Amino acid sequence: MGKIQLKSVTKAFGGVKVIPNLDLDIEDGEFVVFVGPSGCGKSTLLRLIAGLEDMTSGTILIDGKDATNLPPAQRRLAMVFQSYALYPHMSVRKNIAFPLMMAKMDKAEMNRRVENAAKILNLADYIDRRPGQLSGGQRQRVAIGRAIVREPAAFLFDEPLSNLDAALRVGMRLEISELHQRLKTTMIYVTHDQVEAMTMADKIVVLRAGNIEQVGSPLELYSRPRNTFVAGFIGSPKMNLMSGAHARQHDAATVGVRPEHMDLSTSDGLWRGEVKVAEHLGSDTFLHVDSKDHEEPLTVRANGEFQVKAGDVVYMTPQADKMHRFDDKGLAIG
Amino acid sequence: MATQHSQKLARSMMAPSVIALLIWMAVPLAMTLYYSTLGYSLYNPISTPFVGIENYTYFLTDPTFIAALTNTMVLVVGVLVITIGGGILLALLLDQDIYGVNIVRLLVIAPFFVMPTVAALVWKNMMMNPVYGVIGQSMSAIGLAPIDWMTDVPLLSIILIVAWQWLPFATLILLTSLQSLSSDQKEAAEMDGAGALSIFWYITLPHMSRAITVVILIQTIFLLSIFAEILVTTNGGPGAQSTNITYLVYQQAISFGDIGAASAGGIVAVILANIVAIFLIKAIGKNLDA
Ligand SMILES: Nc1ncnc2c1ncn2[C@@H]1O[C@H](COP(=O)(O)OP(=O)(O)O)[C@@H](O)[C@H]1O
Ligand SMILES: [Mg+2]
Repeated sequence: MGKIQLKSVTKAFGGVKVIPNLDLDIEDGEFVVFVGPSGCGKSTLLRLIAGLEDMTSGTILIDGKDATNLPPAQRRLAMVFQSYALYPHMSVRKNIAFPLMMAKMDKAEMNRRVENAAKILNLADYIDRRPGQLSGGQRQRVAIGRAIVREPAAFLFDEPLSNLDAALRVGMRLEISELHQRLKTTMIYVTHDQVEAMTMADKIVVLRAGNIEQVGSPLELYSRPRNTFVAGFIGSPKMNLMSGAHARQHDAATVGVRPEHMDLSTSDGLWRGEVKVAEHLGSDTFLHVDSKDHEEPLTVRANGEFQVKAGDVVYMTPQADKMHRFDDKGLAIG
Repeated sequence: MATQHSQKLARSMMAPSVIALLIWMAVPLAMTLYYSTLGYSLYNPISTPFVGIENYTYFLTDPTFIAALTNTMVLVVGVLVITIGGGILLALLLDQDIYGVNIVRLLVIAPFFVMPTVAALVWKNMMMNPVYGVIGQSMSAIGLAPIDWMTDVPLLSIILIVAWQWLPFATLILLTSLQSLSSDQKEAAEMDGAGALSIFWYITLPHMSRAITVVILIQTIFLLSIFAEILVTTNGGPGAQSTNITYLVYQQAISFGDIGAASAGGIVAVILANIVAIFLIKAIGKNLDA
């Protein structure tokens, strides 16, 4: 079981309100991702849930029971730190067994769980090494191993992949998702990377300056962003946001259209522009286009290869049903 | 030092200082070795006949030698135990975010700036004097018989004085080590269910092991040659109760005027120091590897 509820949670450091007022329900077994720009309070929120920081006010319920004043160890949550926070003088085996040792678990059960974790995470080959002798990805696995042996009510991850190189990150992302499939335990995962959020989450919580901007499934956030911030944050490359005349045509203060929702042509279309940069990825082509009709350069995505180079003229037509409209407060209309 | 060229350059640049160091060490050592084979008394410095190893047999079979050897070891170990134990406690205290911790830190460091002779005299006359001393007066005030520290427990007195002087050093080194412990590790342990004591035992103490090793190695070198504190407080007495090897060598040379025996004692002390050093490096030196 791992249902976590936050009610009117606030957190201030000194006089600075990092989390002004926040309510959130996390269902048992859910994979929830907190995403937002750096410094928006993601780690702080996670540490409040973990009990590593005291709340300024509000309550937190874990499985329906008030955990506001429980020390971290009694919340049955396991955390994987960005720095891994392994114990450097202990072997991998001892690191993983540490929480069990603290719980005074008997030797046989302890060994069984450590072996099991080592098997799940492919740690067996270096189980007797020290963390200092491991690569970043291996350390990450050990940190996860240390979390899963406790069989916690929920896992907390704080940007666990940000210290890994790109290739490894994709691999670990998959492994963590598979782990969630296998364990079906609640996971709360913090990241500033919206790709991680989109690929892993059952539910994404978009944060800005300590406030929740929107909560929803990845596709909900993608297709119905509640405001311009979420619209710009979710999706890669970013949504094109346009104000002024284009917006007025649609009775809105701002309209947005995603790069993949524009039809490209070299002969005719609504907007004419000159290609500034063309990124040919093979599977996709990203064009950054300067258009006289627009203040900001537009980003357009074509499926597969689209044969243009910098300086060429292209025409773009937004797909009418994929336009997003926002009012003067930045909130979505309709 | 990647290339052969830079290695050669480095070697030639270092050569002068290495040679100077060698001469600086070798000459006194050779002189001491030379004197240790002579029958050289300050009362009759004209005749200095060669006596072979007689000075060594004399020094080593002197019953005071065994006493001095034991005292030296007790002194070193006693001071190490107090300074490391106390240093860890103080470091843990000074690592806290308590009010006025900066002033306390300054106060803790203060004894290090007091010269050994001054410190020893202050302790002897103002703290440990059974009649006027602070300790004696306090004990009298609560109705206990005051201790005559320098007469009744001379070695313990010296251990306490020296420990007081070295406590700041140990505290400082251990404190810097403590401050380099990442809070993530402590928090991870906290989430893993470790209480304050377990965190100290399983996380903090292993983290400090390297600093503790440094303190042991450095302090041992200095503690083997404690001298000033003994000279100004007990003069090695009563009897030889607070005489260590260094003080015994001094006695041979100055009190008994026997330069030969003193030189032999000096050589014995050098050998002893090396044995201790090798032992220490073997026993705890592995902590220094990264
Ligand atoms: N211990 C602290 N003391 C004071 N300010 C803090 C502390 N921890 C975080 N903050 C501030 O709170 C804000 C949110 O930080 P954090 O939760 O780490 O952001 P994120 O993880 O989203 O990048 C930042 O402005 C940061 O400076
Ligand atoms: Mg963070």
